[in-house]
Amino acid sequence: MISSGFNINHLYFLLNGALWTLCLSLIAFIGGGVAGGVVALCRISPVAPIRWLAYVYVQIIQGTPLLVLLFVSYFGLSIAGLTLSGLVAASISMVIYVSAYLGEIWRGCIQSVARTQWEAAECLALTRAQRLRLVILPQAVRIATPPTVGFMVQIVKNTSLASIVGFVELVRAGQLINNSIFQPFLIYLLIAGIYFAMCYPLSAWSRKLEGRLQYKMRPQPNT
Amino acid sequence: MGRMIYEFDFSSVLAEWPQFLDGAWLTIQLSFPATVLGLCIGTLCAIGRRSSVRPLSRACGFYVEIIRNTPLLVQIFLVFFGLASLGWHVSAFGAALVSLVINVAAYTCEIMRAGMDSIHDGQIEAAECLGLTKAQVYWHVILLPAMENVYPALTSQFVLLMLASSITSQISVEELTAVASHVQSDTFRPFEAYILVAVAYLALSLLMRIGIWAFGQIVFARRRKIKVMG
Repeated sequence: MISSGFNINHLYFLLNGALWTLCLSLIAFIGGGVAGGVVALCRISPVAPIRWLAYVYVQIIQGTPLLVLLFVSYFGLSIAGLTLSGLVAASISMVIYVSAYLGEIWRGCIQSVARTQWEAAECLALTRAQRLRLVILPQAVRIATPPTVGFMVQIVKNTSLASIVGFVELVRAGQLINNSIFQPFLIYLLIAGIYFAMCYPLSAWSRKLEGRLQYKMRPQPNT
Repeated sequence: MGRMIYEFDFSSVLAEWPQFLDGAWLTIQLSFPATVLGLCIGTLCAIGRRSSVRPLSRACGFYVEIIRNTPLLVQIFLVFFGLASLGWHVSAFGAALVSLVINVAAYTCEIMRAGMDSIHDGQIEAAECLGLTKAQVYWHVILLPAMENVYPALTSQFVLLMLASSITSQISVEELTAVASHVQSDTFRPFEAYILVAVAYLALSLLMRIGIWAFGQIVFARRRKIKVMG
Protein backbone atom coordinates (compact mmCIF):
# COMPACT_ATOMS: atom_id res chain seq x y z
CA MET A 1 0.00 0.00 0.00
CA ILE A 2 1.21 3.44 -0.89
CA SER A 3 -0.91 5.20 1.65
CA SER A 4 0.77 6.06 4.89
CA GLY A 5 -2.36 6.92 6.81
CA PHE A 6 -3.67 10.17 8.09
CA ASN A 7 -1.04 12.81 8.73
CA ILE A 8 -0.72 16.48 9.58
CA ASN A 9 -0.87 17.58 5.93
CA HIS A 10 -4.25 15.94 5.59
CA LEU A 11 -5.49 17.77 8.65
CA TYR A 12 -4.22 21.03 7.22
CA PHE A 13 -6.04 20.30 3.95
CA LEU A 14 -9.24 19.58 5.86
CA LEU A 15 -9.01 22.81 7.86
CA ASN A 16 -8.43 24.69 4.62
CA GLY A 17 -11.64 23.11 3.34
CA ALA A 18 -13.39 24.19 6.52
CA LEU A 19 -12.30 27.75 5.79
CA TRP A 20 -14.05 27.55 2.40
CA THR A 21 -17.13 26.15 4.11
CA LEU A 22 -17.18 29.23 6.34
CA CYS A 23 -16.56 31.46 3.33
CA LEU A 24 -19.48 29.97 1.38
CA SER A 25 -21.68 30.18 4.50
CA LEU A 26 -20.87 33.86 4.83
CA ILE A 27 -21.68 34.54 1.16
CA ALA A 28 -24.94 32.62 1.54
CA PHE A 29 -25.88 34.42 4.74
CA ILE A 30 -25.12 37.92 3.53
CA GLY A 31 -26.55 37.47 0.04
CA GLY A 32 -29.48 35.45 1.30
CA GLY A 33 -30.06 37.94 4.10
CA VAL A 34 -30.34 40.89 1.72
CA ALA A 35 -32.60 38.96 -0.66
CA GLY A 36 -34.53 37.53 2.28
CA GLY A 37 -35.20 41.04 3.58
CA VAL A 38 -36.69 41.93 0.22
CA VAL A 39 -38.77 38.74 0.25
CA ALA A 40 -40.05 39.50 3.76
CA LEU A 41 -41.04 43.05 2.76
CA CYS A 42 -42.75 41.77 -0.38
CA ARG A 43 -44.66 39.21 1.68
CA ILE A 44 -46.22 42.00 3.79
CA SER A 45 -46.59 44.46 0.91
CA PRO A 46 -49.90 46.32 0.71
CA VAL A 47 -49.94 45.53 -3.04
CA ALA A 48 -51.62 42.15 -3.43
CA PRO A 49 -49.84 40.93 -6.63
CA ILE A 50 -46.43 41.54 -5.01
CA ARG A 51 -47.56 39.55 -1.96
CA TRP A 52 -48.72 36.67 -4.14
CA LEU A 53 -45.57 36.68 -6.21
CA ALA A 54 -43.40 36.51 -3.09
CA TYR A 55 -45.63 33.77 -1.70
CA VAL A 56 -45.30 31.69 -4.86
CA TYR A 57 -41.52 32.22 -4.84
CA VAL A 58 -41.22 31.01 -1.24
CA GLN A 59 -43.47 28.01 -1.87
CA ILE A 60 -41.46 26.95 -4.92
CA ILE A 61 -38.09 27.23 -3.17
CA GLN A 62 -39.31 25.57 0.02
CA GLY A 63 -40.95 22.79 -2.00
CA THR A 64 -37.83 21.74 -3.91
CA PRO A 65 -34.63 20.24 -2.48
CA LEU A 66 -31.56 22.45 -2.27
CA LEU A 67 -29.67 19.79 -4.19
CA VAL A 68 -31.99 20.15 -7.20
CA LEU A 69 -31.71 23.93 -6.95
CA LEU A 70 -27.95 23.51 -6.99
CA PHE A 71 -28.06 21.35 -10.12
CA VAL A 72 -30.44 23.73 -11.86
CA SER A 73 -28.10 26.66 -11.28
CA TYR A 74 -25.01 24.61 -12.09
CA PHE A 75 -26.27 23.22 -15.40
CA GLY A 76 -28.83 25.89 -16.19
CA LEU A 77 -26.41 28.78 -16.18
CA SER A 78 -23.72 26.85 -17.97
CA ILE A 79 -26.01 26.35 -20.96
CA ALA A 80 -26.79 30.06 -20.89
CA GLY A 81 -23.21 30.47 -22.04
CA LEU A 82 -21.63 31.08 -18.65
CA THR A 83 -19.15 28.47 -17.53
CA LEU A 84 -19.69 28.20 -13.84
CA SER A 85 -17.28 27.22 -11.18
CA GLY A 86 -18.63 25.20 -8.29
CA LEU A 87 -18.32 28.19 -6.00
CA VAL A 88 -20.48 30.46 -8.16
CA ALA A 89 -23.18 27.82 -8.69
CA ALA A 90 -23.19 26.95 -5.00
CA SER A 91 -23.34 30.62 -4.01
CA ILE A 92 -26.26 31.35 -6.33
CA SER A 93 -28.30 28.37 -5.17
CA MET A 94 -27.50 28.97 -1.50
CA VAL A 95 -28.51 32.64 -1.76
CA ILE A 96 -31.84 31.68 -3.36
CA TYR A 97 -32.42 28.96 -0.77
CA VAL A 98 -31.53 31.19 2.19
CA SER A 99 -33.61 34.10 0.87
CA ALA A 100 -36.79 31.99 0.85
CA TYR A 101 -36.30 30.59 4.35
CA LEU A 102 -35.00 33.76 6.02
CA GLY A 103 -37.66 35.81 4.23
CA GLU A 104 -40.35 33.59 5.69
CA ILE A 105 -38.79 33.63 9.18
CA TRP A 106 -38.51 37.41 9.13
CA ARG A 107 -42.04 37.88 7.80
CA GLY A 108 -43.26 35.91 10.81
CA CYS A 109 -41.23 38.10 13.15
CA ILE A 110 -42.48 41.33 11.58
CA GLN A 111 -46.07 40.11 11.80
CA SER A 112 -45.66 39.05 15.41
CA VAL A 113 -45.12 42.66 16.44
CA ALA A 114 -48.43 43.72 17.99
CA ARG A 115 -50.94 45.20 15.56
CA THR A 116 -51.51 48.11 17.95
CA GLN A 117 -47.93 49.24 17.31
CA TRP A 118 -48.81 49.80 13.64
CA GLU A 119 -51.97 51.64 14.63
CA ALA A 120 -50.22 53.81 17.20
CA ALA A 121 -47.52 54.70 14.66
CA GLU A 122 -50.21 55.55 12.15
CA CYS A 123 -51.86 57.86 14.69
CA LEU A 124 -48.53 59.68 15.01
CA ALA A 125 -48.84 60.46 11.28
CA LEU A 126 -45.79 58.44 10.29
CA THR A 127 -45.61 57.29 6.69
CA ARG A 128 -45.63 53.53 6.02
CA ALA A 129 -41.86 53.53 5.51
CA GLN A 130 -41.34 55.42 8.76
CA ARG A 131 -43.67 53.10 10.65
CA LEU A 132 -41.75 50.11 9.41
CA ARG A 133 -38.29 51.58 9.97
CA LEU A 134 -38.80 53.39 13.27
CA VAL A 135 -41.45 51.35 15.06
CA ILE A 136 -41.89 47.85 13.71
CA LEU A 137 -38.43 46.73 12.55
CA PRO A 138 -36.55 47.59 15.76
CA GLN A 139 -38.98 45.37 17.66
CA ALA A 140 -39.01 42.67 14.99
CA VAL A 141 -35.21 42.45 14.95
CA ARG A 142 -35.18 41.45 18.60
CA ILE A 143 -37.69 38.68 17.97
CA ALA A 144 -35.85 37.62 14.81
CA THR A 145 -32.37 37.23 16.26
CA PRO A 146 -32.68 33.75 17.86
CA PRO A 147 -34.30 32.02 14.85
CA THR A 148 -31.87 33.75 12.48
CA VAL A 149 -28.86 32.50 14.41
CA GLY A 150 -30.52 29.08 14.51
CA PHE A 151 -30.91 29.14 10.75
CA MET A 152 -27.21 29.92 10.34
CA VAL A 153 -26.61 26.34 11.51
CA GLN A 154 -28.69 25.13 8.57
CA ILE A 155 -26.66 27.32 6.23
CA VAL A 156 -23.32 25.97 7.43
CA LYS A 157 -24.54 22.37 7.18
CA ASN A 158 -26.11 22.82 3.75
CA THR A 159 -22.92 24.21 2.23
CA SER A 160 -21.80 20.56 2.35
CA LEU A 161 -23.89 20.02 -0.80
CA ALA A 162 -21.45 22.24 -2.73
CA SER A 163 -19.07 19.27 -2.62
CA ILE A 164 -21.37 17.53 -5.12
CA VAL A 165 -20.66 20.09 -7.84
CA GLY A 166 -16.95 19.79 -7.14
CA PHE A 167 -16.33 22.80 -4.96
CA VAL A 168 -13.54 21.91 -2.53
CA GLU A 169 -15.05 22.73 0.85
CA LEU A 170 -14.86 20.55 3.94
CA VAL A 171 -16.66 17.45 2.63
CA ARG A 172 -14.97 17.53 -0.78
CA ALA A 173 -11.59 17.96 0.89
CA GLY A 174 -12.37 14.89 2.98
CA GLN A 175 -13.38 12.91 -0.09
CA LEU A 176 -10.13 13.82 -1.82
CA ILE A 177 -8.09 12.65 1.16
CA ASN A 178 -10.20 9.53 1.39
CA ASN A 179 -9.41 8.74 -2.23
CA SER A 180 -5.75 8.55 -1.36
CA ILE A 181 -5.68 6.89 2.05
CA PHE A 182 -9.10 5.17 2.14
CA GLN A 183 -10.06 5.51 5.76
CA PRO A 184 -13.65 6.70 5.36
CA PHE A 185 -14.78 6.11 8.92
CA LEU A 186 -11.96 8.17 10.41
CA ILE A 187 -12.24 10.95 7.85
CA TYR A 188 -16.01 11.37 7.91
CA LEU A 189 -15.97 11.26 11.69
CA LEU A 190 -13.37 14.00 11.67
CA ILE A 191 -15.43 16.04 9.21
CA ALA A 192 -18.50 15.59 11.38
CA GLY A 193 -16.44 16.78 14.34
CA ILE A 194 -15.32 19.91 12.52
CA TYR A 195 -18.92 20.69 11.45
CA PHE A 196 -20.01 20.18 15.04
CA ALA A 197 -17.35 22.60 16.24
CA MET A 198 -18.67 25.21 13.80
CA CYS A 199 -22.38 24.63 14.39
CA TYR A 200 -22.71 23.89 18.07
CA PRO A 201 -21.65 27.37 19.26
CA LEU A 202 -24.28 28.85 16.93
CA SER A 203 -26.95 26.49 18.27
CA ALA A 204 -26.03 27.27 21.86
CA TRP A 205 -25.99 31.00 21.14
CA SER A 206 -29.41 30.83 19.48
CA ARG A 207 -30.81 28.99 22.50
CA LYS A 208 -29.33 31.54 24.88
CA LEU A 209 -30.80 34.44 22.91
CA GLU A 210 -34.15 32.73 22.91
CA GLY A 211 -34.07 32.26 26.66
CA ARG A 212 -33.23 35.91 27.17
CA LEU A 213 -36.01 36.99 24.83
CA GLN A 214 -38.56 34.82 26.60
CA TYR A 215 -37.56 36.39 29.89
CA LYS A 216 -38.03 39.87 28.47
CA MET A 217 -41.32 39.03 26.79
CA ARG A 218 -42.78 37.59 29.98
CA PRO A 219 -45.70 39.75 31.11
CA GLN A 220 -44.42 42.10 33.77
CA PRO A 221 -46.51 42.61 36.94
CA ASN A 222 -48.54 45.80 36.90
CA THR A 223 -47.28 48.37 39.32
CA MET B 1 -19.88 34.42 -26.77
CA GLY B 2 -22.41 31.78 -25.84
CA ARG B 3 -25.90 31.35 -27.10
CA MET B 4 -28.04 33.85 -25.27
CA ILE B 5 -31.33 32.30 -26.28
CA TYR B 6 -31.79 28.76 -25.11
CA GLU B 7 -34.47 26.67 -26.69
CA PHE B 8 -36.24 24.52 -24.18
CA ASP B 9 -36.90 20.99 -25.30
CA PHE B 10 -38.64 18.83 -22.77
CA SER B 11 -39.62 16.09 -25.25
CA SER B 12 -36.53 13.90 -24.86
CA VAL B 13 -36.63 14.27 -21.08
CA LEU B 14 -40.36 13.67 -20.85
CA ALA B 15 -39.94 10.50 -22.92
CA GLU B 16 -38.17 9.03 -19.91
CA TRP B 17 -41.25 9.39 -17.71
CA PRO B 18 -41.29 5.74 -16.54
CA GLN B 19 -37.86 6.28 -15.00
CA PHE B 20 -39.04 9.42 -13.23
CA LEU B 21 -42.05 7.55 -11.93
CA ASP B 22 -39.80 4.82 -10.53
CA GLY B 23 -37.61 7.47 -8.93
CA ALA B 24 -40.60 9.18 -7.33
CA TRP B 25 -41.79 5.83 -6.01
CA LEU B 26 -38.40 5.21 -4.40
CA THR B 27 -38.47 8.71 -2.88
CA ILE B 28 -41.83 7.80 -1.33
CA GLN B 29 -40.47 4.43 -0.21
CA LEU B 30 -37.69 6.29 1.60
CA SER B 31 -39.76 9.13 3.02
CA PHE B 32 -42.76 7.25 4.34
CA PRO B 33 -40.97 4.73 6.58
CA ALA B 34 -38.50 7.42 7.65
CA THR B 35 -41.40 9.66 8.70
CA VAL B 36 -43.16 6.93 10.69
CA LEU B 37 -40.01 5.56 12.32
CA GLY B 38 -38.63 9.07 12.90
CA LEU B 39 -41.83 10.09 14.67
CA CYS B 40 -41.77 7.01 16.92
CA ILE B 41 -38.08 7.21 17.79
CA GLY B 42 -38.18 10.99 18.11
CA THR B 43 -41.12 10.80 20.52
CA LEU B 44 -39.38 8.14 22.61
CA CYS B 45 -36.29 10.30 22.64
CA ALA B 46 -38.35 13.30 23.78
CA ILE B 47 -39.76 11.21 26.63
CA GLY B 48 -36.20 10.19 27.46
CA ARG B 49 -35.04 13.78 27.46
CA ARG B 50 -37.75 14.77 29.91
CA SER B 51 -36.97 11.81 32.13
CA SER B 52 -35.70 12.45 35.65
CA VAL B 53 -33.09 9.72 35.17
CA ARG B 54 -30.07 11.91 34.53
CA PRO B 55 -27.94 9.61 32.31
CA LEU B 56 -30.94 8.88 30.07
CA SER B 57 -31.87 12.52 29.53
CA ARG B 58 -28.20 13.37 29.00
CA ALA B 59 -27.79 10.62 26.39
CA CYS B 60 -30.88 11.76 24.50
CA GLY B 61 -29.72 15.38 24.58
CA PHE B 62 -26.29 14.35 23.37
CA TYR B 63 -27.78 12.43 20.43
CA VAL B 64 -29.98 15.37 19.42
CA GLU B 65 -27.11 17.87 19.54
CA ILE B 66 -24.74 15.66 17.55
CA ILE B 67 -27.25 15.04 14.77
CA ARG B 68 -28.60 18.57 14.56
CA ASN B 69 -25.14 20.10 14.29
CA THR B 70 -23.71 17.92 11.50
CA PRO B 71 -24.77 17.77 7.83
CA LEU B 72 -27.00 14.95 6.61
CA LEU B 73 -24.57 14.34 3.74
CA VAL B 74 -21.79 13.49 6.20
CA GLN B 75 -24.14 11.31 8.25
CA ILE B 76 -25.08 9.38 5.12
CA PHE B 77 -21.43 8.92 4.15
CA LEU B 78 -20.56 7.79 7.66
CA VAL B 79 -23.28 5.16 7.65
CA PHE B 80 -22.62 3.96 4.11
CA PHE B 81 -18.84 4.14 3.63
CA GLY B 82 -17.83 4.25 7.27
CA LEU B 83 -19.68 1.13 8.33
CA ALA B 84 -18.59 -0.70 5.19
CA SER B 85 -14.94 0.05 5.95
CA LEU B 86 -15.49 -1.39 9.42
CA GLY B 87 -16.61 -4.60 7.71
CA TRP B 88 -20.34 -4.06 8.16
CA HIS B 89 -21.88 -3.88 4.70
CA VAL B 90 -25.25 -2.26 4.28
CA SER B 91 -27.12 -1.78 1.02
CA ALA B 92 -27.37 1.77 -0.31
CA PHE B 93 -31.10 1.83 0.35
CA GLY B 94 -30.62 0.48 3.87
CA ALA B 95 -27.92 3.02 4.67
CA ALA B 96 -30.06 5.82 3.24
CA LEU B 97 -33.11 4.83 5.26
CA VAL B 98 -31.12 4.38 8.47
CA SER B 99 -29.41 7.75 8.18
CA LEU B 100 -32.67 9.53 7.29
CA VAL B 101 -34.38 8.00 10.33
CA ILE B 102 -31.48 8.89 12.63
CA ASN B 103 -31.53 12.42 11.24
CA VAL B 104 -35.24 13.16 11.36
CA ALA B 105 -35.70 11.52 14.78
CA ALA B 106 -33.38 14.12 16.34
CA TYR B 107 -35.43 17.01 14.93
CA THR B 108 -38.71 15.31 15.85
CA CYS B 109 -37.38 14.86 19.38
CA GLU B 110 -36.84 18.60 19.77
CA ILE B 111 -40.27 19.42 18.35
CA MET B 112 -42.08 16.85 20.49
CA ARG B 113 -40.21 17.97 23.58
CA ALA B 114 -41.34 21.54 22.99
CA GLY B 115 -44.89 20.26 22.59
CA MET B 116 -44.74 18.20 25.77
CA ASP B 117 -43.24 21.10 27.72
CA SER B 118 -46.20 23.21 26.64
CA ILE B 119 -48.65 20.92 28.49
CA HIS B 120 -49.67 22.55 31.77
CA ASP B 121 -48.88 20.74 35.01
CA GLY B 122 -52.47 21.37 36.05
CA GLN B 123 -53.66 19.18 33.19
CA ILE B 124 -51.56 16.28 34.39
CA GLU B 125 -52.61 16.77 38.01
CA ALA B 126 -56.25 16.88 36.95
CA ALA B 127 -55.82 13.66 35.00
CA GLU B 128 -54.22 11.99 38.02
CA CYS B 129 -57.13 13.14 40.18
CA LEU B 130 -59.48 11.46 37.74
CA GLY B 131 -57.68 8.19 38.49
CA LEU B 132 -55.98 7.73 35.11
CA THR B 133 -53.01 5.39 35.13
CA LYS B 134 -49.59 6.75 34.33
CA ALA B 135 -49.73 5.30 30.83
CA GLN B 136 -53.16 6.79 30.23
CA VAL B 137 -51.99 10.19 31.43
CA TYR B 138 -49.00 10.02 29.12
CA TRP B 139 -51.01 9.02 26.08
CA HIS B 140 -54.19 11.07 26.44
CA VAL B 141 -53.03 14.13 28.35
CA ILE B 142 -49.40 14.60 27.34
CA LEU B 143 -48.57 12.90 24.04
CA LEU B 144 -51.64 13.46 21.88
CA PRO B 145 -52.29 17.09 22.91
CA ALA B 146 -48.56 17.82 22.59
CA MET B 147 -48.53 16.40 19.08
CA GLU B 148 -51.63 18.41 18.28
CA ASN B 149 -49.88 21.59 19.42
CA VAL B 150 -46.78 21.02 17.31
CA TYR B 151 -48.48 19.40 14.33
CA PRO B 152 -47.62 22.24 11.89
CA ALA B 153 -43.94 22.08 12.90
CA LEU B 154 -43.93 18.30 12.49
CA THR B 155 -45.52 18.64 9.05
CA SER B 156 -42.79 21.02 7.87
CA GLN B 157 -40.09 18.78 9.30
CA PHE B 158 -41.36 15.72 7.45
CA VAL B 159 -41.67 17.62 4.18
CA LEU B 160 -38.06 18.77 4.70
CA LEU B 161 -37.11 15.14 5.26
CA MET B 162 -38.69 14.13 1.94
CA LEU B 163 -36.75 16.90 0.19
CA ALA B 164 -33.56 15.92 2.00
CA SER B 165 -33.93 12.34 0.74
CA SER B 166 -32.60 13.78 -2.56
CA ILE B 167 -29.15 13.69 -0.94
CA THR B 168 -29.26 9.90 -0.84
CA SER B 169 -28.68 10.02 -4.62
CA GLN B 170 -25.04 10.55 -3.64
CA ILE B 171 -24.73 6.96 -2.43
CA SER B 172 -26.41 5.68 -5.61
CA VAL B 173 -29.94 5.28 -4.31
CA GLU B 174 -32.03 5.51 -7.49
CA GLU B 175 -34.53 8.08 -6.26
CA LEU B 176 -35.82 11.12 -8.15
CA THR B 177 -32.63 13.18 -8.16
CA ALA B 178 -30.50 10.22 -9.23
CA VAL B 179 -32.93 9.54 -12.07
CA ALA B 180 -32.59 13.15 -13.19
CA SER B 181 -28.82 12.84 -13.36
CA HIS B 182 -29.08 9.62 -15.40
CA VAL B 183 -31.58 11.18 -17.75
CA GLN B 184 -29.53 14.33 -18.20
CA SER B 185 -26.43 12.35 -19.11
CA ASP B 186 -28.44 10.31 -21.64
CA THR B 187 -30.31 13.19 -23.23
CA PHE B 188 -27.80 16.05 -22.71
CA ARG B 189 -30.70 18.11 -21.39
CA PRO B 190 -29.67 18.76 -17.76
CA PHE B 191 -31.65 21.99 -17.35
CA GLU B 192 -34.91 20.39 -18.45
CA ALA B 193 -34.30 17.22 -16.45
CA TYR B 194 -33.71 19.08 -13.20
CA ILE B 195 -36.60 21.47 -13.75
CA LEU B 196 -38.89 18.49 -14.30
CA VAL B 197 -37.61 16.91 -11.10
CA ALA B 198 -38.09 20.18 -9.22
CA VAL B 199 -41.73 20.19 -10.33
CA ALA B 200 -42.05 16.56 -9.23
CA TYR B 201 -40.70 17.44 -5.77
CA LEU B 202 -43.11 20.37 -5.56
CA ALA B 203 -46.00 18.04 -6.34
CA LEU B 204 -44.74 15.47 -3.82
CA SER B 205 -44.40 18.05 -1.05
CA LEU B 206 -47.89 19.35 -1.77
CA LEU B 207 -49.29 15.79 -1.68
CA MET B 208 -47.42 15.13 1.53
CA ARG B 209 -48.81 18.26 3.20
CA ILE B 210 -52.33 17.28 2.16
CA GLY B 211 -51.80 13.70 3.38
CA ILE B 212 -50.44 14.75 6.77
CA TRP B 213 -53.20 17.33 7.14
CA ALA B 214 -55.86 14.70 6.40
CA PHE B 215 -54.24 12.34 8.90
CA GLY B 216 -54.37 15.11 11.50
CA GLN B 217 -58.05 15.67 10.80
CA ILE B 218 -58.74 12.03 11.61
CA VAL B 219 -56.48 11.70 14.65
CA PHE B 220 -57.27 15.04 16.23
CA ALA B 221 -61.05 14.91 15.90
CA ARG B 222 -61.38 16.93 19.10
CA ARG B 223 -59.75 19.98 17.57
CA ARG B 224 -62.13 19.74 14.64
CA LYS B 225 -65.08 19.80 17.02
CA ILE B 226 -63.71 22.77 18.94
CA LYS B 227 -63.18 24.65 15.69
CA VAL B 228 -66.75 23.94 14.59
CA MET B 229 -68.02 25.20 17.92
CA GLY B 230 -65.77 28.25 18.00
